[in-house]
This record gives sequence, C-alpha cells and structure tokens, in this order.
Amino acid sequence: MKKLYPDAQAALAGLLRDGMMIMAGGFGLCGIPEVLIKAIRDSGVRNLTVVSNNAGIDGVGLGLLLDTKQIKKMVSSYVGENKIFAQQYLAGELEIEFNPQGTLAERIRAGGAGIPAFFTRTGAGTMIAKGKEEREFEGERYIMERGLVADLAIVHAWMGDTEGNLVYRKTARNFNPMMATAGKVTVAEVEHLVQPGDINPDHIITPGIFVKRMIHVPNAVKHIEQRTVRRHTEAPAGTAEEV
Amino acid sequence: MAWTREQMAERAAKELRDGFYVNLGIGIPTLVSNYIPPGLSVQLQSENGMLGFGPFPYEGEEDPDLINAGKQTVTEIPTTSFFSSADSFAMIRGGHIDLSILGAMQVAENGDLANWMIPGKMVKGMGGAMDLVAGVKKVVVVMEHSAKNEPKLLKQCSLPLTGAGVVDMVITDLGVFTIDKKGGGGMTLVELAPGTTHEEVRSKTEASYRIAQ
Repeated sequence: MKKLYPDAQAALAGLLRDGMMIMAGGFGLCGIPEVLIKAIRDSGVRNLTVVSNNAGIDGVGLGLLLDTKQIKKMVSSYVGENKIFAQQYLAGELEIEFNPQGTLAERIRAGGAGIPAFFTRTGAGTMIAKGKEEREFEGERYIMERGLVADLAIVHAWMGDTEGNLVYRKTARNFNPMMATAGKVTVAEVEHLVQPGDINPDHIITPGIFVKRMIHVPNAVKHIEQRTVRRHTEAPAGTAEEV
Repeated sequence: MAWTREQMAERAAKELRDGFYVNLGIGIPTLVSNYIPPGLSVQLQSENGMLGFGPFPYEGEEDPDLINAGKQTVTEIPTTSFFSSADSFAMIRGGHIDLSILGAMQVAENGDLANWMIPGKMVKGMGGAMDLVAGVKKVVVVMEHSAKNEPKLLKQCSLPLTGAGVVDMVITDLGVFTIDKKGGGGMTLVELAPGTTHEEVRSKTEASYRIAQ
C-alpha cells in the first residue's frame, strides 16, 4: 500500500468532514504541520475541534483556520499569542477547553495506546478537577482524565521513509510523536524523504505503523516566535537581550 | 533596601544543589540561570522537550527547531537531550525534576498557589504550570511581595488555584518564607532582605506566619 501522496490536498482527500476532531502537532510555531494546515483551510471544512498545545499566531499555523472561522473548539494548554483568537473567544464564537500541558500530552499518549482513562495529581483541588472522578492513592489526591483519540492527526517530521517511519529534529518533536499514535488516520509531512533502510532503525521515533499517509515538504518555511540572540562579545547564559 | 529582581534570582539560586535537574519559569525565575554557583552541575529542563540548554544563539545562528518553553531561540550544550512532550511531562509528573522555580499571583499560607487566571480577563491557559507544581519535588515561588499595595501572601487564595498545597518556599523582595505543605505546619519567615524590618513584612502580609528562631 502506497503511503506517499503527491501533495497535501491529495493526502487529505476523503478524510475531512465538518465537525470532526483534528490533532495538530507542534509547540508554538515549532514543528507544526503547516502545509497540511493550509490544505485543511483550502478544503473549507468547518466546525472543527482542534487539539493542539497552542493555536498559532495571526496568519500562521492554526491562526489560518481561526481567520476563516473553521474552528469551533480548541483543546489546548496555552493560547492567546493571537488577537483573532481573543476576539472570537470574547464574541462567543470559539470554545476553549484548557488542559494542563502534561495532562494534554498524556491524554493523547493514552488515547493512542488504547488507554481510556488515567489518574494524575495534576489539577487536583483546582477548577480543572470539577466533574472529574477523584481518588486517593497512598494518601494523595488524584483526578481521572480521559484518553483522547482524534478522527485525524496531522504531524510534521524532519525525515521520513516511504514506509512512514519518522524522525524529528530537536524541539520540533514535542507533541508530534504522541499525536501520530492517536489519530484514527495520521497524515505526516516530512522535510526529507528517503527510502526504507536509509534511516538507522535504532533512530526511528515514530514507527511507520502509525502513519497512513504522508507528503514530502522539501521547502517547508519555519517560523520563529521569539527571536532571542546574544552579541559576540557576550558569553554567559541568559544575559543576552531579546530582539 | 528590599531585594531587586536580580537579587531575588540570586537568592533562589541558593536552593540549587549539585546534580539537580531544574525547571525555570518565565520572568524572574529565568534570571536564576545567571547565578548558578560555579562548580555545581545543574541541568535545566524545558517542558517543550529539552534537557540541558545553553545561552541564546549568536545572531544569524537562530534555529527555528531549537526553542525553549518561552518559545525563545536557545542553543545546545554537550549534555543536551531532546524528547517528546509525553516524556517531558513524565520527567515532571513522575517526580524526576528536583526543583521548579516559578512566579505567582498569590500564595496562601497552606501552600496553595494561584498563577494562571484572573476571572473576567482573557485567560491564556496554564501551560505546564499545574503539572510542574503537582509533580516536581520542590516548588519555589519567586514574586514581588505585594502587587499595587495588595498583599499576595494570603490566608487563602482568592484567584483560581494552579495547585492546592504545593509551594515549599516563597522568595519575595522582602524576604524568604518556607511552607510546611505536607505537615500542616504553616508558613515561616526564615530570612529578611537587608534593610527590611519585621514591621514592614507584617504590614504587607495577610498570611499568618511565625518567625524562625
């Protein structure tokens, strides 16, 4: 079965429908599947629930789907780098479900591993715990969180072979490997496309079993949200100025 | 003379021990990395999936795939490792991180912490803060003692909690408090900033506390 598709539109054909839940990898703008997000925008699919740690910024990443009001609900840990997000939220056009970042990561990991629920200390005794089952283990309070499975997961990888084996680069890994496991269908975009055997099997992070479709994005444009640098005369950590 | 932001960070750095894995929050906590005592091996964790990071890159060497949890460009060092968000929070929630230093809006005398939302205002989310305070072995808050003359060290937090009974130590511009969060022993003032008086601390603190002998 051929996993490689000629472009994002072809790779998403037949997978998109109104009201579906989509997981999108990335932390901030780092490691986001931007080419696939653009194809989802161009498809016109609406009323989406999108699971992603953040919601992009205006005009970039998931910000594109906010601009067109294709998102009904976000499941995220941190948003608001984004004026349009705030406008739509305050106007009641957009729902947000905040999850603690670790709870979000674990819900996705659990969903992909067939675990329907788990207990965590995170959020016990806070408003996050409202309506959730609470239990005590070894004298500590824990709350129950549910595993998450999405209709579609879109992920970005640095390298992939045509079997769908994926390798990520530096902090662009983030939520991508868990999301690859937690989509009923997972579509990956890879910057470098290689043949089976080209990647050392010891280095594969996401085995191809989790990836149904993929595209090659050799000219992926990457964005920096907070460009922080130091001058050549400076050495110690943290003393640089932000520009 | 109360402590400056830098002096608060320097005081927080005294909580570091050799071999510690540490997560620093945004703001004053970030400055703590400037005061790591020489000779101590301390690895900084960034919850987006990086352990051990170096200074900001030289101009022109920024890498969009290499950022910290504040989404700032950073650099690798020889001890660096990368991992997924699930592994990152396994470190945090599994109790493998020794110390979390973070900011706060309010801290209560029983160790309750509020630092993620103000009802009625646009809420940006808790990010990893709830996981950090629930899972890290020691939680140190660094914050201004009061905000616009309103005390921040309270009998009870009025804002929605980030964690219940989670704070071990609070460092403000006026001094250092410890909280016996598990034993229910309450809050203790253990150190005064130079030039600060007990009267000043008392007048700016709503929480009840005892003074260490």
